[in-house]
Amino acid sequence: MTLPLNINWQQILLHMFNLVLLFGGLYLLLYKPVKKFMDDREEKYKRMDDEANEKLARASAAEEEIAEKTRRAEEQIARDIAEAKREAENEAENIIKDAKNVKKQMIIDAEDAATREKNRIINDAREEIAELAVKAAEKVLSEKTSAAGDADA
Amino acid sequence: MSKKRRIIFISVWLLCAAAFLVPALCFKSPQGGESVREAMRDAVLHESNKINFFGIAEVNPAVVSAYTVTAILLLAALAVRIFAIPKFKNIPGRFQLLLEQAVGFFDNLAKSNSPHKNRFLGAYVFTAGSYICLGTFFELLGLQGVTTAGASISLPAPLADINGAIAMGVTSYLIILSGGLLGNGIKGVFSSLKEFSLPISMSFRLFGALLSGLLVTELVYYNIGLSFVLPVFVGVMFTALHALIQTYVLTMLTAVFYGEVSEKTPKRQRIKKIRGNKS
Repeated sequence: MTLPLNINWQQILLHMFNLVLLFGGLYLLLYKPVKKFMDDREEKYKRMDDEANEKLARASAAEEEIAEKTRRAEEQIARDIAEAKREAENEAENIIKDAKNVKKQMIIDAEDAATREKNRIINDAREEIAELAVKAAEKVLSEKTSAAGDADA
Repeated sequence: MSKKRRIIFISVWLLCAAAFLVPALCFKSPQGGESVREAMRDAVLHESNKINFFGIAEVNPAVVSAYTVTAILLLAALAVRIFAIPKFKNIPGRFQLLLEQAVGFFDNLAKSNSPHKNRFLGAYVFTAGSYICLGTFFELLGLQGVTTAGASISLPAPLADINGAIAMGVTSYLIILSGGLLGNGIKGVFSSLKEFSLPISMSFRLFGALLSGLLVTELVYYNIGLSFVLPVFVGVMFTALHALIQTYVLTMLTAVFYGEVSEKTPKRQRIKKIRGNKS
């Protein structure tokens, strides 16, 4: 059936049939496979991006954890150093105190020994003096006795 | 301006004028042949030159053009499917990039204009775009057909025939209508039917745009004096511009209207509730 302007329903329908054929063919042969490839690739890169972000987040968390551990270790080290310093100071103080006691004891012992030596020497000297005095008296007596004997004689 | 330069200028000017005047005087319109009126009328209406279409009917040459374009496109698509697509790489080569750009362009056109339902629309605008663009370039091939009268005729662009343009416009409108039906049910169909002038405007815009190029080219060819060199520029330029512009216009319009009618409209109850809250 032909209308004005040579519009023909049969030809319009033939054109539309042609368009439907073309649509189905192009969709199946070209559009769908290319789009599927593009979507798969996009999905793949998105997954890679997500994985990278996840790894980055994990690395960031691990970094924070390490930083926290380092901070704690540093605090522990600082505490240990302070403790060791305090202990060393106490130890040194004790050593000095002991040394002072030893020194004091040594002085006391030395003084006792000196006193005892002095007394011994004095006693020895007294004994010697007494012996000498006895000897001298004996000598004097013997001389006197001999002189008296001589005189008697 | 020196005397010598003035003489050169005048000589070139006169030569140019003569280059147009001499052919204009020498060549005359063919006597007894097809008048310009008949040529134009046949270019627009295709009343006289018919081609036998597989014995089914006598059709305008554009029908044969349309099926030829479809055959070329499908064969090319088949070759691409068999030989090129299995070798696609993540980092595309030139040909792969061209295909991806074409598919990506129409897919993005569908997605940006119809964010709700766009898979089918993307495939349709890709088909329509390929058909309009390559169909328009097809006339440059100058393939010959034999009319029922036994004369030879150059096959035109499929959409330079009003029946082809109407078919494209009506198909696009039916696609829009289906978008409304899928998106909003019967309400979507009614909103699509409101745009009843759409198939007419789409068809005649396409037909008019392609026909204007055809008529200018036909006029140029009509005069034998202008049939050398000039058609290379006029024909190719008009064809290329129409191919690109009409591809973009029709696919864009289809995508915009499809997106508009397939968009979910908020339910009346919710609107009432919102109005009630406001008051």
